[in-house]
Amino acid sequence: MSKNPEFVKFDKVDKSYDGKVLVVKDLQLDIAEGEFITMLGPSGSGKTTCLMMLAGFETPTHGEILLDGNIISNIPPHKRGIGMVFQNYALFPHMTVYENLAFPLRVRKVEKDEIDKKVDKALSMVSLNGFETRMPAQLSGGQQQRVAVARALVFDPAVVLMDEPLGALDKNLRESMQYEIKHIHESIGVTVVYVTHDQSEALTMSNRIAVFNDGKVQQLSDPAELYEKPVNSFVAEFIGENNTFNGEVVDIAKDKCKVKLADSEILANPISVKSKGEKTTVSLRPERALINPGDKMDNMFTGKIEEVIYHGDHTRVRLNLLGSSEFILKVPNSTSNLELKVSQDINIGWNSVDARALDPK
Amino acid sequence: MSSETKQILTTDGIPLEVSLKKAEKKNKIKAFLLVAPLLLFLVITYIFPIGDMFMRSVDDRMVTNMLPKTFKAMEKWENLDELPPEEVYRGFYEDYKLLAENQQHGKLGQRLNKEKNGFNTITKKLFRQIKRKKIDESASLKEQINKLHKRWRDVEYWQAIKRTAPPYTASKYLKGMDMYFAADGSIAQVDEDRRIHRILWLRTLEIAFFVTLFCFFMGYPIAHLLATLPMKYSNLLMICVLLPFWTSLLVRTASWMILLQQQGIVNDFFVMIGLVADDNRPEMMYNKVGTYVAMTQILLPFMVLPLYSVMKTISPSLMRAGKSLGGTPFVAFWKVYFPLTIPGIGAGCLLVFILAIGYYITPALVGGASGTLISNQIAFHMKTTLDWSFASAMGLMLLTGVLVIYWIYNKLVGVDNIKLG
Repeated sequence: MSKNPEFVKFDKVDKSYDGKVLVVKDLQLDIAEGEFITMLGPSGSGKTTCLMMLAGFETPTHGEILLDGNIISNIPPHKRGIGMVFQNYALFPHMTVYENLAFPLRVRKVEKDEIDKKVDKALSMVSLNGFETRMPAQLSGGQQQRVAVARALVFDPAVVLMDEPLGALDKNLRESMQYEIKHIHESIGVTVVYVTHDQSEALTMSNRIAVFNDGKVQQLSDPAELYEKPVNSFVAEFIGENNTFNGEVVDIAKDKCKVKLADSEILANPISVKSKGEKTTVSLRPERALINPGDKMDNMFTGKIEEVIYHGDHTRVRLNLLGSSEFILKVPNSTSNLELKVSQDINIGWNSVDARALDPK
Repeated sequence: MSSETKQILTTDGIPLEVSLKKAEKKNKIKAFLLVAPLLLFLVITYIFPIGDMFMRSVDDRMVTNMLPKTFKAMEKWENLDELPPEEVYRGFYEDYKLLAENQQHGKLGQRLNKEKNGFNTITKKLFRQIKRKKIDESASLKEQINKLHKRWRDVEYWQAIKRTAPPYTASKYLKGMDMYFAADGSIAQVDEDRRIHRILWLRTLEIAFFVTLFCFFMGYPIAHLLATLPMKYSNLLMICVLLPFWTSLLVRTASWMILLQQQGIVNDFFVMIGLVADDNRPEMMYNKVGTYVAMTQILLPFMVLPLYSVMKTISPSLMRAGKSLGGTPFVAFWKVYFPLTIPGIGAGCLLVFILAIGYYITPALVGGASGTLISNQIAFHMKTTLDWSFASAMGLMLLTGVLVIYWIYNKLVGVDNIKLG
C-alpha cells in the first residue's frame, strides 16, 4: 500500500476569531499518511487553532482542509473519525477506564465482544491491563495520560491529534511518555499531529516539525535540519540555544559573506541575505564554537570569560566577545578539561559554514 | 507490632497523646467560642420554638385542669355504654361550680363544644341553674342535671367529656389528615365533602413538584449558558438571574398580579394580537396558573445557582472529547455532560421543592381558592381561628414531610453528592 503524501492537507487556510486579526495566515501544509508531525511554536502562534480546525471544533475562515482527498470543512467533529488527546486528558470522570475506552466503540454500535477485545488490546498497548474498573480520579497523571492515548486510538482512527498531552507531567515521566508515544506510533503506523511548545519534545518524537509563529509556518523540516539549518532568525532562536550577532553585509560571495559588526567583521554563511548593505542577524550554535581551535578556522577571536556555570555533563561559559557579553560556549566536561576562570582571556574559533546569516531580528 | 502499641513519649516524658490534647485544647475552646453565638442563636430561634410547637400541638391539659374531680370520679365509671354514676355527676357539678365562680365556665363550654356539638347550650343552662341556686346539693345531682336537658341524658356527651381527660392528644394531627377520634375512641374519617386538608396536602405536593419541574427545565439551559458564555456576557446574565433576589418578594408577587389579572398586561397583549376575544379573557390569576407562574419565577434562582456552580467546574474539553470520539452532540451531552451535572440537579431540585412545599405569600396573593397551599391553611388557623395547636400540628406535619423527602433523596442520590456552590 503506497502512502498518500497528502493525507491531510491544509489548503490556503486562514482563521480569524474577531474579523480583525488573522490567527492563522494562508496555511499550506501537507501531512503524509503515517507521519508523526509536530506543530511547534510559542503560545498564541496559531498551532492549537490549526489542530482545532482539523478536529472540527473551529471552522476555517477561508480555505479548505482535506482528509484523504475529501474536503472536511463542513463535516461535524463526530463524523470525522479523528482521535484526539486533550491537554488535560478530558477523561470522563464518571466512567471507569473500561467505559472511557468503550465510549467511542459504543457510539459506533460495535458488538460487545468486539468492544472487549479492542479495549483489551488498547490497554495492553499502553500497558494498563487490569485497570479496567478504576475511575480516572484513582489513576496517577501518567496513567490518565495513557488512558487518554488508548481512548484516542481504540477506534482505529486514521489520524490522531495530540494537544500538548504531556504538559501536565513531571520531567522524568514526560520523557518516558515521549518514547512510549513514539513507539506506539511506530508500531501501529497511525498519522499523528502533535502540538507542543516544548522544542525538545518536538525534536525527539517527530518525523517532521512545523514551527509556527505569528500564524505562519516558519519552517517545515525534519528535526536534524531544523536544528542544524534554521531558515530564519525566529527558528534559530526558538530551537535550541543560539549566539547572535547583528550587523550589515559588506561583501557577499556564493557561500560566504562578510558581516560588519559594531567594531569588527566576521565571515558567515549567507542564507537569507542576497546583496551588500543588507542588515542581518548571524546565528551560531554554542557547541560549534571551540576554545583554542587546533586546525585553522576562518573566524578566530579572543574573548574574556565573564561567568562559568557548572551543568554536570557540561560547563557553560559566558564570554565578552566582539562587543557582546552574552556569547555562550558549551564545553563538555571531561578529564582533559581546561581550567576556566573568570576574567581570563581565551581564543575562540568557528567555521563560517556554521555561522548562518539570517534575516535581521 | 509491639513497637506500635508501645506508648510514645515526648522528650519530657509526657505521653504523646496527652501532650497533643493539651496543645489542641486551647484551639478547641477558641473554636467552640467562635461558634457559640450561632449555637445559642439556633437553640433560641429554632430548636426551642420547634419544641414549643410540638408541645402546643399535643397539649390538651385545659379540660384536665378544669375538671379534676370529674375525671377522678370517672375512674370508677365502668360500663361506658350507660350513663355514669352519681359520683361523676357530683364531681362535674363541683368542678363546674368552681369554674362559674371564677368566670371560667365559658371556656369549658367552648372547648367541650369542639369535642361534641351542643355542649355550649347545655353547659350554659347548667350555669343559669347554679346562678339561680335552683340546684339542691343534698339531693341526687344525677337526676337534677338529667332533667335540665335531654342531652345530659345522652351517654355520648359524657363519653365526650371522658375523651378530653388525657393531658396529651394526637387529635390535632388526625384533624390535619381529615380524621378524628370517634366516640368509641377508634380513628374515623371525616365525611367526604368535608375533607379539605387532604386536598390541600396533595395540592401542595403537586404544585411543589411541578414548580420544581418547571424550574429545572427553565433553569438548566440558563445555567448552561451562564457557565459557557464569555465573562462579560455571563456577568450580565447572572445579574438578570439574581435581580429577583434583590427585589422584595411582595413587590415581585404584586407585579405578577399586574401582569396576570384579567385586565392585566398579558391579557391585553393577547387581545391585541387577537389570540383571545376581549370578552373572553382567560383567568390567569387566583387559580393554579397564577401560583405556578409566580412561584416558578421566584424560585428559579435557587435552581440556577447550584446548577451553575456545578457546570462551571465541567471542563469544556469533555464535551469536545465526547464529540471527537464519535458521539453526536446529543450523545455527548447525554452520556458525558448530563451525568456530571447530577449533583447540581439534585441540589437545585431539593432546594426548590422544599422551599415550594412551604410557600406562603405568593399563593396567598395570587393563588385564589384553587391555588392555595397547606401553609396558607396554617396561617389561617394562626390568624383567624386562633387554633394555634392545630396550626402547630400541621406545621410539624409539614416539617416531617420535608425530612422524609430529604431522607428519600439521601437514599436515592446521596446527600454527599449535593453541591450547593
